[in-house]
Amino acid sequence: MAALFTKETQAIFWNNNTSAIQRMLDYDYTISRKTPSVAAIVAPTSSSKFEKFFYGPDEIMVPTFKNTAEAAAAFPKADVLLNFASFRTAYDVTMEAIKIKGQFRTIMVTAEGIPERLARGMNQAARDAGVTVIGPATVGGIAPGAFKIANVGGTIENIVNSKLHRAGSCGLVTRSGGLFNELSNIIAINADGIAEGVAIGGDRFVGSVFIDNLLRMESNPEVKYMILLGEVGGTEEYKVIEAVKNGQIKKPIIAWCIGTIAKHFSSGVQFGHAGASANADAETAASKNAAMAEAGIYVPASFNDLPKKIEEVYSKLKAEGVIIDIAEPELKIVPAVRHAKEFICTISDDRGDEATYAGYPISSVATPDTGFGIGDVISLLWFKKRYPKWATEFIETVIKTVADHGPAVSGAHNAKVTARAGKDVISSLVTGLLTIGPRFGGAIDDAAKYFKYANDNGMTPAEFIDYMKKEGKTISGIGHRVKSVRNPDLRVSGLKKFAAEAFPQTPLLDFALEVEKLTTSKKDNLILNVDGTIGILMVDMWRALGYSEEEIDGFIEAGTLNAFFVIGRSIGFIGHILDEKRLGMSMYRHPTSDILYNVELAEEI
Amino acid sequence: MAQRAIREYDGKAIFSRHWEKYFSGFHYGFKSVLVTSGKELLEKAEEHDFEWLKQEALVAKPDMLFGKRGKNDLVLFRTSKPGDVTLAEAAKWIDAKMAATTTLLSGQHGHLTHFIVEPFTPHAQEQEYYISATTVGEDDVLYMSAEGGMEVEEGWDDKVNEVTIPITMSDVDMEHAVRANVPTDIQAKDKESFVSFAIQFFKFYRDMNFAYLEINPIVMLDNNEMAILDLVARLDDTAGFMMTDAWGDIEYPTAFGMEDQSPEEKAIAEADSKSGASLKLTILNPLGRIWTMVAGGGASVVYADTIADLSGDVKELANYGEYSGGPTTGETKFYADTLIDLMTRHKDPKGREKILIIGGAIANFTDVAKTFTGIIQSFDENVEKMKEHKVKIYVRRGGPNYEKGLKDIKEAADRLGLYIEVYGPETHVTDIVRMALEK
Repeated sequence: MAALFTKETQAIFWNNNTSAIQRMLDYDYTISRKTPSVAAIVAPTSSSKFEKFFYGPDEIMVPTFKNTAEAAAAFPKADVLLNFASFRTAYDVTMEAIKIKGQFRTIMVTAEGIPERLARGMNQAARDAGVTVIGPATVGGIAPGAFKIANVGGTIENIVNSKLHRAGSCGLVTRSGGLFNELSNIIAINADGIAEGVAIGGDRFVGSVFIDNLLRMESNPEVKYMILLGEVGGTEEYKVIEAVKNGQIKKPIIAWCIGTIAKHFSSGVQFGHAGASANADAETAASKNAAMAEAGIYVPASFNDLPKKIEEVYSKLKAEGVIIDIAEPELKIVPAVRHAKEFICTISDDRGDEATYAGYPISSVATPDTGFGIGDVISLLWFKKRYPKWATEFIETVIKTVADHGPAVSGAHNAKVTARAGKDVISSLVTGLLTIGPRFGGAIDDAAKYFKYANDNGMTPAEFIDYMKKEGKTISGIGHRVKSVRNPDLRVSGLKKFAAEAFPQTPLLDFALEVEKLTTSKKDNLILNVDGTIGILMVDMWRALGYSEEEIDGFIEAGTLNAFFVIGRSIGFIGHILDEKRLGMSMYRHPTSDILYNVELAEEI
Repeated sequence: MAQRAIREYDGKAIFSRHWEKYFSGFHYGFKSVLVTSGKELLEKAEEHDFEWLKQEALVAKPDMLFGKRGKNDLVLFRTSKPGDVTLAEAAKWIDAKMAATTTLLSGQHGHLTHFIVEPFTPHAQEQEYYISATTVGEDDVLYMSAEGGMEVEEGWDDKVNEVTIPITMSDVDMEHAVRANVPTDIQAKDKESFVSFAIQFFKFYRDMNFAYLEINPIVMLDNNEMAILDLVARLDDTAGFMMTDAWGDIEYPTAFGMEDQSPEEKAIAEADSKSGASLKLTILNPLGRIWTMVAGGGASVVYADTIADLSGDVKELANYGEYSGGPTTGETKFYADTLIDLMTRHKDPKGREKILIIGGAIANFTDVAKTFTGIIQSFDENVEKMKEHKVKIYVRRGGPNYEKGLKDIKEAADRLGLYIEVYGPETHVTDIVRMALEK
């Protein structure tokens, strides 16, 4: 690949550096990229699942992950890692990323002052793995019109002024990040901008050096000539001279090494970066400038004359027809004032002609001829997916199964009492619903959670029973007041039968039935009850639909199973409330004969 | 900063602290003191564990980073014959050396302040060896020679064996390479010990994050007793955060002959160490006419280059430094205050105007208007001094909010009656130097 980045390049950004990421996305919007250049953020200490950013006038959500491996797994095509970790951790982050096989082509390391021995090891490991490291101690690089790293180019206004929004003809390599912007500006004023640019970084040991970048630019047909801004110290410029002499590099190079001042001061003053210190005459800026000029590289008389030299080479190439005029692309303008949205909605949208459920217009799901049932609507609005028929039918089966369980259960009783107090449907319903929790209806949640936990951790049924005993917990989903092995709960039988016919497989139910065998051998009524069966089959359903275990844990954590119970039982509660309204029963007062009074005179303290 | 020289004494202290771990089978006494006067040496001799200062013949020499102390006649090891220096004589010698200015053969001159004093180690020339390690290019290189002492640099290629050790080389391969390259002229009886020592020396150099480590000579005495007669060391100070315990209390002295930092430079360095931003200041010539307040490391270099090139006289350039990385308004004001104070202490001998270059490239993320606010506040406070010294201000800057920054600073200078010229990114970064010098 000749070009460092393309318009499809996507990066994983290590560290939630929101201003730098926003600048990348502003750039993306300006140049009309189809996908944002930041695919994901790694933020080890963040607990949120995404970060909001502006994309032009709108906002988008960029997912965040706890570590690079997870982010890479979610975005296998993101082949650039922007490592914004501090000098303490940047090495570890890079090494971990290199080890993710086949993921990253380029790793940019921004930290300055990584211990030299670690930097050397890191750079070598990257070279061995065929990964290009840009940095450490760099602002990064840019492929104008395609991909921009973090803060390169500065503000969007400066980017446009410096023509960094579209590819020009120059390949730019600098050591300094601060002067990278400046050079881009000079090149925009005196020529037609840059095609690709990299600031290699100011530390003594950097991953990719001048020659690596210039050789790539030599093979990039968009690059017509190169500009190299070197620095006093080191011998990297001599590798470039060698490549020019032996014909590896044929495109014209304009070059200058800064730090000519150093010759006036024998020692002690460090001019510029850590890498910038001449240990021998050949490493001085003056020697390198002279050697480059001698090799046929265009070298100005001083840094102040660099613009003239660029103009001269550019005009020559243009006259020769090597460089042709570049059409200026249209730019999308990022609005100056933007407001962050307070709310996010990802399930439905009422802004069009017709409101939609996860993209489906209501009319396309409402009537019987659409083939959509309430299970389909739930799958759209709760899970943003269209579930297959067997799954939506299972959801409906669950709702029907839990719709009511008579007037005596505490929720229904509360609803009835409230209705008799003269309260409206909503108040009465809410009273009933507020009863739902760990003891009433909550067994669905806990059954799913604990059976899944046991199954995920490879426990045998016996180990699971032991484990729950040690935890001091009864097994949710096991046991019934009256039903037993010989007197089975027909609701459970129905659910099991449906699952056997419709589900592709039911591994968790199979496990639960093994548990039931053990528990019922101890006591006849320790059967898998209806709550347990529902919770467990929901997990089996999600597994069969291809959800990851983490996603399913997320559903359980969010209270989704309880929600199925709530939606179903609301039907029953409303039934009881309407029943009370119909009957017109008077206010209920509990008989005192049914209360054990045990009140003593309060002790004075 | 990266590679920084440390005192011989501190280098030996690091050896001593880790000797058992790295150099098992060898012995090292670490009898060594670092003193800053003869009096301190005499007091040290009264302390427990330092009785040897009174009991043994001594060697004293400056410990101030420069080499070739023998050739500069700065090693005291004899009064009438080698190995007869007493404590009193050493103390007297130190005081005498401190009293006068010392000029080295290299031309550097200054005052001696730190001395290392050790026991005199009687030994034969054949027992002296040379060993050092450093980084060359991307690799480590271990240098070994059978000829220790100061002569080693003459005839380096003939006398010294090099072993190149890539960063990824395994210990087994490294040990093999050292063994294969050990100088053939090392005495047969010492050879095995030398190989073993060299291997351990390299591991020590590597694990301790030295950038350079040289013992010249290392003396192999009987019973695997080692004497480190002369040591030069540089540490990679970027590793400091993980080496706090291993290095102990390390000082990075200024090179001999470089005048100690001025109070202003020290104050800026202190502000730098407390800030997330970067503040650097080096005074090159306090009487210089052109003062620079430049944002960014790269830009500060090209301004210095250009001033030296275009003025034709590097003495015109008074200072070198930078402020960058988004300094606060307060930090920028402090930096500007310091510079303006320094540049208004001496009138230009020829009565010319002073020039203040407020330069910088196009910033990536620093808010230009915000940093300029600090400079403007400093103008407000120092305007009389600036007028008295006929300070002409040339500004060039780009980056976030630069239009406002340039407008603000121009308005402030006009309001105060200061001479100012202001340019943005349309003007070449260093062109204000040309403009200032042509006037």
